[in-house]
Amino acid sequence: MTALIEVRDLAVTFGSGRQQVRAVRGVSFDVEQGESFGLVGESGSGKSTVLRAICGLAPMTGGTVHIGGKPLKTPRDPAFYQQVQMVFQDPYGSIHPRHTIDRVLSEPLAIHGFKDAETRIERALEDVGLGRGFRFRYPHQLSGGQRQRVAIARALILEPQILLLDEPTSALDASIQAEVLNLLDALRVDKGLTYVLVSHDLAVVSHMCRRLLVMQHGQAVEELTRDALQARAATKDYTRQLLVASEGFKAP
Amino acid sequence: MSDVTTRDWLLSDRPASRRQARLGQAYRTWSQLRRNKLAMVGLSIVVVLILMAIFADVIAPYDPIVGGDLRTERLLPPSWTHLMGTDDQARDIFSRIVHGSRLTLMVVALVAVIATPIGLAVGTTAGYFGGWVDVVLMRITDIFLAFPRLILALAFVAALGPGIENAIIAIAITSWPPYARLARAETMQIRDADYIAAIRLQGAGSARIIWGHVVPLCLSSVIVRVTLDMAGIILTAAGLGFLGLGAQPPQPEWGAMIAGGRRFMIDFWWVATMPGIAIFVVSLGFNLLGDGLRDVLDPKGET
Repeated sequence: MTALIEVRDLAVTFGSGRQQVRAVRGVSFDVEQGESFGLVGESGSGKSTVLRAICGLAPMTGGTVHIGGKPLKTPRDPAFYQQVQMVFQDPYGSIHPRHTIDRVLSEPLAIHGFKDAETRIERALEDVGLGRGFRFRYPHQLSGGQRQRVAIARALILEPQILLLDEPTSALDASIQAEVLNLLDALRVDKGLTYVLVSHDLAVVSHMCRRLLVMQHGQAVEELTRDALQARAATKDYTRQLLVASEGFKAP
Repeated sequence: MSDVTTRDWLLSDRPASRRQARLGQAYRTWSQLRRNKLAMVGLSIVVVLILMAIFADVIAPYDPIVGGDLRTERLLPPSWTHLMGTDDQARDIFSRIVHGSRLTLMVVALVAVIATPIGLAVGTTAGYFGGWVDVVLMRITDIFLAFPRLILALAFVAALGPGIENAIIAIAITSWPPYARLARAETMQIRDADYIAAIRLQGAGSARIIWGHVVPLCLSSVIVRVTLDMAGIILTAAGLGFLGLGAQPPQPEWGAMIAGGRRFMIDFWWVATMPGIAIFVVSLGFNLLGDGLRDVLDPKGET
């Protein structure tokens, strides 16, 4: 069986000449259908750039990405956007400040020519635990957690198979984080979604993902399973350092 | 009672329809603007100007073009019969100023309608696409910016012939570059935002993104700028009128009226002063309103 997402030797380079930045250097991984796959690393390790390259926001300068066995086209076609959607890190920056939630959710439906916009919008809001009362609000009338729910609803409204999650909870406070993570987990099981989750937080990744890839300086360090992570069975120094760092404060 | 419920309906946290959400947003902006006293002074000046233009025939006591008795009613000082005096053709200056508000308002409205969309379209397109599109569009803008405004307007009027319509076209053609610059700068800040990336990921085309997502965010600062520029536009129109290249006699254009009164400035001060005061008041009104709008509409103020 082939994997749903196949990334081979992905490279992303920004700029040219002396200002060249090689953000991602030959990263490969596979994600199975229905799986939740984690990308972990410190800031600047290129993990978000991998997501952005997959969905066409960053230029792929090398390697290949296959989704469902088919190579990606550049520029991406409408069918791709119906298959793959992304949730951004900062819910305060990812929703247009002058559009109502209704507009945010109805626009993708209009672009792809869906007829049953009314029912889809209401169902999407229902799915992410926001009632109808939220439909005609502006983003500034919502809290951070509510905004992130709207962002998830927007990503789900086209009924994609794959959701790319770029640190979906790092801008939220701890209690809201748990709510959003549980929501994402429930949605994955419900709708049979496949996740690629980027995070610097090992706790979040080990909660959400069965397998994960550790990245540093744009390169893959090692691939681990959740069990190995929880057993502290890392083989590389860098992963061990990350594990120690994630244990946080311990009384001496 | 019904006042309170209307207000509650407008300020509701959970609007039940698109219309309610939009009206609520407009109401919030309005109540914010209302708190600014100076902006309200500016707004009332503009509203009075508009009302004056609409009801000019009712307000003006005399005909603005056909004067009175040339032997007895020329160059009369302000009095109760002629509030602002009469000019050298025995025409009531107050009536001429009231009718002149139509011309002024037409200049202002047409320039806004022509120049704002051009500036917005050029600026947002250049800012959004970047690269060579940006270079080409901005160099064209630079060329227009490098011309002194009044001189370019003069050249256009000279080419197209004098007249208020040509003056309007000339002013409009020379006033869009600052809006393009402004819109471009705003767009370059916006284009890398996550919400633009998000809509791009929904499969939206460039036209939809520029029109539906970038323009609404640029619009407020451009509106503010246009309002602040209104004073300059009125002055340019008056200047062209003064030079004899704008409105042609006997049209009651304020700048042309000043030019007409120039010859008797020393002995009959009111002939040139009254339209001057009108230009001053209206320019001030637009400036105050623009300043108030800037405070209210600044998109960085809210998240």
